Amino acid sequence: ETSKYRSLAGFSSVLFVVLSLVKVFLSQSPEAACLSAEDISPSSNGPRDDDPDDLFAEATEEVSLDSPERQPILSDGPSPAITPVTPVMISPRVDVFDRSPDQDEDEEENRDTFDIQISVSDPEKVGDGMNAYMVYKVTTKTSLSIFSRDEVCVKRRFSDFLGLYSKLASKYMHMGYIVPPAPEKSIVGMTKVKVGKEDLSSVEFVEKRRSALERYLLRTVKHPALLKDPDVLQFLESSELPRAVSTQALSGAGILRMVNKAADAVNKMTIKMNESDAWFEEKQQQFENLDVQLRKLHASVESLVCHRKELSVNTASFAKSAAMLGNSEDHTALSRALSQLAEVEEKIDQLHQDQSYADFYLISELLGDYVRLITAVKGVFDQRMKAWAKWQDAQVMLQRKREAEAKLQYANKPDKLQQATDEIREWEGKVQQGERDFEQISKNIRREVGRFEKDRVKDFRVVIIKYLESLVHTQQQLIKYWEAFLPEAKAIA
Amino acid sequence: NMTSISEDSDKEKMRSVSVDLNNDASLVIDIPDALCERDKVKFTVHTKTTLSSFQKPEFSVPRQHEDFIWLHDTIVETEEYAGFIIPPAPPKPDFEGPREKMHKLGEGESSMTKEEYAKMKQELEAEYLAVFKKTVQVHEVFLQRLSSHPMFRKDRNFQIFLEYDQDLSVRRKNAKEMFGGFFKNMVKSADEVLISGVKEVDEFFEQEKNFLLDYSIKIKDATAKAEKMTRSHKNVADDYNHISGALNNTAADNNTAFKKHLEKCAEVFEKLRKVEDRMASDQELKLTELLRYYTRDIQAAKDLLYRRARALADYENSNKALDKARLKGKDVAQAEENQKQCLQKFDKLSESGKKELTSFKARRVVAFRKNLIEMTELEIKHAKNSVSLLQGSIEILKSN
Repeated sequence: ETSKYRSLAGFSSVLFVVLSLVKVFLSQSPEAACLSAEDISPSSNGPRDDDPDDLFAEATEEVSLDSPERQPILSDGPSPAITPVTPVMISPRVDVFDRSPDQDEDEEENRDTFDIQISVSDPEKVGDGMNAYMVYKVTTKTSLSIFSRDEVCVKRRFSDFLGLYSKLASKYMHMGYIVPPAPEKSIVGMTKVKVGKEDLSSVEFVEKRRSALERYLLRTVKHPALLKDPDVLQFLESSELPRAVSTQALSGAGILRMVNKAADAVNKMTIKMNESDAWFEEKQQQFENLDVQLRKLHASVESLVCHRKELSVNTASFAKSAAMLGNSEDHTALSRALSQLAEVEEKIDQLHQDQSYADFYLISELLGDYVRLITAVKGVFDQRMKAWAKWQDAQVMLQRKREAEAKLQYANKPDKLQQATDEIREWEGKVQQGERDFEQISKNIRREVGRFEKDRVKDFRVVIIKYLESLVHTQQQLIKYWEAFLPEAKAIA
Repeated sequence: NMTSISEDSDKEKMRSVSVDLNNDASLVIDIPDALCERDKVKFTVHTKTTLSSFQKPEFSVPRQHEDFIWLHDTIVETEEYAGFIIPPAPPKPDFEGPREKMHKLGEGESSMTKEEYAKMKQELEAEYLAVFKKTVQVHEVFLQRLSSHPMFRKDRNFQIFLEYDQDLSVRRKNAKEMFGGFFKNMVKSADEVLISGVKEVDEFFEQEKNFLLDYSIKIKDATAKAEKMTRSHKNVADDYNHISGALNNTAADNNTAFKKHLEKCAEVFEKLRKVEDRMASDQELKLTELLRYYTRDIQAAKDLLYRRARALADYENSNKALDKARLKGKDVAQAEENQKQCLQKFDKLSESGKKELTSFKARRVVAFRKNLIEMTELEIKHAKNSVSLLQGSIEILKSN
């Protein structure tokens, strides 16, 4: 099938520099071929599809404590979760986790090369009007054996990504895994795109989304358990993907909110968790702090992005004005110099624009991603509290059953006694399971947090250097432009 | 709250909106320093002269902004000078920006950390200094324009301004009462309609008129756009400051290695801010101030055209009056005399006007050249500083 593509003149060349920088820090960068940004092309008579997803508000359903998120929310249920670590009976209170998380990880994690490259590209508009949606090409290149081919391209739409996230969240979050959240929905942004406005802001919106989707996938496959998950494999490889239809659940933030609401309910309970493990208390506080700090940092970077854009606009405006002044100037040499000045300022305006893309894609979006990741991390701590509460509940229940049995000893009801004894056995099992689950999730969280911290530090180190290098580039260009102008200014006679 | 500036290496570069001034050693004027008391600026006007009309060869007097305005107005109202471009009056020192910042500082003191407060105070002082430098520059240039003009330098009031070692405020009041600002109001706004409506026979003035009318619009626009551009530049510098602060906050909660890394990053942004700030204020001094000044100077040139146009209108009216008188046979001699004077005035204005406008163009070209060169050189210098700062930091961060 062929669709018409139009190339984004100028935009793609500007973005190429930035995008390749983004890719490098997240993974080895794929080839340019998949990168050539293509335009949104309105194809008439595309498949009509009811896509109310993007118009509905995010999930708000109340969730009870019985972990309904374990139940399949979607028309096709998630495949069974992969548990990479077999549950082990660990005696509690013994702090076996003092060693650094590295020693606890799977072999594969310590690989030097992360042998998978993913790119999201070629946004294409399908359909018309309010039923239209964007489709993205997802290309995976890998030598890993779990994949059936070493290169595969599929077409996916935004709700597919949300669907993937909701499946992964429902499978892994309760186990203490930090599941990277999918990008946010945007009603306003998408509406503009649907309506066919091909102005700069909808182009920018699509690019922002494309980039976010790519980062989302890369983060997801970086997680050793998620990489092997059959839903992930299906998402990356399968040419046809069953449509995720349930609207309310299909939002990254919605899922998190749902899960966290459950956790909130836990917190509201009077049971105060007896935190015997200082590590968790410490870490939770740390993440609270980090949340605040990152949000502040993000806000100031967003301000920079905004002001740099303004600077670009104002520089362009001045350039035009200087050109007019040059035309009006009746002294020939000065008139010439003013026109040259106008040209320099125009080039500088472009420079500022490019720099603001770097500001945005390198730093601002990364910080935004981390703000959302922190929410996922906090959610995982809450899951642990839930597991603890469940375990405690089971213990309370067991106690009650034992008391009931004791009472029945004195009554002469052999059937009821038998039932009571059976129930005790049942609840003893649940207590043991509760304890095992709690220990398991605690162990998982320690490992996950260790990995998260490592990644956070690495990401930041890499990005800040890339960013500073982008600033160097801008300044070097400035030097070039002004050095070219200097003789022109001196030539005024 | 007192701030003062004195000789510094940038002095020569500062005073360059108008050049070829202070070339004549017989009368050299500068403003070596100034004091800022609350919002009142006291300029020290320093004169070195070989002219016998002055009592001493070297002297200094303190002057306020209002004294400069008085001097400007008396010159404008002097009939003799109608054929000259009157150097534009310096604008009032505008401390609104720093004042606002100081207010914010006072209000937010309790909610800031010591470091943030110290940093904001530093910014405030830098901004005060920038406004300060600008206002000293325009006041100094005004005096130097007068001293380098063959007629103005001999002006009696100019001499009083330079020499009189008492407070000028008494004289200022008297002057207002005398003139009542009549002439000033008359010539204040050059009537564009009158200027453009005049039937011009002189090719030179026709060209000048067209040029000045168009140029004044363009340069006003360029000034406004340059101001906006500079302000955006300052906003970017401010953002670097906030990012630096946020990075320092984030550093606190990390293990030693990463903490050092973050603190180094915070330091880089802090240094970047300083460079961007300097870039922005140098651009303002060299480009925006240049455009601002010449917007005013173009206005002064237009005022000259206006006065000449009025003189032409007066001459044409006097012709009509003469014809009428001849027709009536009454007051003919008087009408003839009036017509002769009008023609004289018009011719005088045209002759000196031509000279003034020609030298104005030369002056403008030289000033633009000097400022554009200096601005470019400074931009290059700052960009090179940025590059070395950034590259040095990248090395350190990579090696960590």
